[in-house]
Amino acid sequence: MISPDRIVFDHVSVTFPTPTDMLPVVEDVSFSVRDGEFVSLVGPSGCGKTTMLNIVAGFIKPSRGSVTLDGIPILGPGSDRGVIFQEYGVFPWLTVEKNIEFGLNLRSNPRSREKRAEVCERYMRLMGLYEFRNAYPKTLSGGMRQRLALARAYAVAPQFLLMDEPFGALDAQTRTAMQDLLLEVLQKEGKTVMLITHSVEEAIYLSSRVVVVSARPSRVRCIVEVPFPYPRTEQLHENAEFLGLRSRVRDLVMREYAAQEQQTRDAAPH
Amino acid sequence: MTYANPLKKLIVLALPWICVIAAWTLLHYSGIVNPSLIPTPAQVARRFWELMSNGKLPIDMLVSTKRVLVGVVLGTLLAVPTGFALGWNRSVHVFADPLINFFRALPPIALIPLVVVYFGIGEAAKVVILFYAAFFSGVIVMYEGISQISPIYIRVARTLGATDGEIFRRVIVPLSLPHILTAVRVELGVVWATLVASELIAAQNGLGAMIQNASSFFQLDIIYLGIICIGLIALIMDLILRKVSRRFLSWQDRIAA
Repeated sequence: MISPDRIVFDHVSVTFPTPTDMLPVVEDVSFSVRDGEFVSLVGPSGCGKTTMLNIVAGFIKPSRGSVTLDGIPILGPGSDRGVIFQEYGVFPWLTVEKNIEFGLNLRSNPRSREKRAEVCERYMRLMGLYEFRNAYPKTLSGGMRQRLALARAYAVAPQFLLMDEPFGALDAQTRTAMQDLLLEVLQKEGKTVMLITHSVEEAIYLSSRVVVVSARPSRVRCIVEVPFPYPRTEQLHENAEFLGLRSRVRDLVMREYAAQEQQTRDAAPH
Repeated sequence: MTYANPLKKLIVLALPWICVIAAWTLLHYSGIVNPSLIPTPAQVARRFWELMSNGKLPIDMLVSTKRVLVGVVLGTLLAVPTGFALGWNRSVHVFADPLINFFRALPPIALIPLVVVYFGIGEAAKVVILFYAAFFSGVIVMYEGISQISPIYIRVARTLGATDGEIFRRVIVPLSLPHILTAVRVELGVVWATLVASELIAAQNGLGAMIQNASSFFQLDIIYLGIICIGLIALIMDLILRKVSRRFLSWQDRIAA
């Protein structure tokens, strides 16, 4: 049985005004994310992937076409969609616990005191932050800050998780650990996930489908089904089929990188 | 810095002051300058006791401190919302920025004669000039601080479901607090300087007036005493403010405390 579509991009285009003219960033993009699915967007940097995610998050409106959540057009940001940014965005003036509690104190997600404490504790334990609950973010490592951002997003029980290069600023070891933690958390509490990443390896390891995005303006180059069942473990990285898929997707992405570079070169003054 | 030994800490804290007093005493006795032009620390200390016990000095100190605080409080009350408006609204910024830069560039002291014409030499005149000094030095700090607030925190709060009011109260206010405290610190410096200048020109009381009166009678020890009191009060205010900052801003990542 195929799950219903939840996020639907329907012929979406976005243009940004520049001082001289209009810059097309996203052009005629159509794809959808089904319930409980993990979809990654890979493509050259600066190609407009973040713009696509920002539309779903509710920060940007498409110039043409529509993006719908369960068939309803997106009006603005909301706590049904948790967003994880590369630069963490943890609130530096709040302790770990208060960061997680932030969303639970808002009028849009009211919770009783007992419920708040319970939710905070659950996610602090799940993300391995319990011992640091009274620490300020300045004392945390990058990986811990990202775990905190994830815990804070999870606390308000979103149905969607939108992640923009969430592990991009982390070192390779922490990055791997975070990928496994994310898979583990998703096993326990499933979400419909959209992830933007530069890493083809990461995209395939985590996703059920990978959308390869072209050089700017973004178009959908192709959509690759990832056939490996969940739960996945690190052994998958050595699997021959995984490696074959990885090099295929990597070739596609590299071609787009080359195209993007050519564009930049052409645009540069001679 | 932390010292295991409290005695050592005391010595380290007192050392620069001991050096200054020693150099001052030496200058008096060295003969490089006519000794009658430099009172000794002991003379100044005697004056201090005398003016403290007859109640004149405490009043002057209190009057000056009160003026400074009123100026800083009023200036901050207006500088904070103005800084927000400048940092958040493009058209307000375009409109007000040149004006603010013009008035900020004017030393408040230059306006004292004008203020005397319009407001006389009473308390109102002092409040006006100090408010002016505090506002224009504070507003620029607020504006710079507000425009540095990273939009990511606002975005995160929105994705967690925060309304505009909640974003203001729970994100903008805590992020502005360090800038408000910096603004107050800058204002204190500027307002003290302006206060003394305005008291030197036209005032019946206050430390500036005390110095001005002493200079008419060539009472050098009182002049010295007045200068030391001004410095000490400013130093104490700054210390208190730093303590407050440390208490409320322990979350900040900074290189120097």
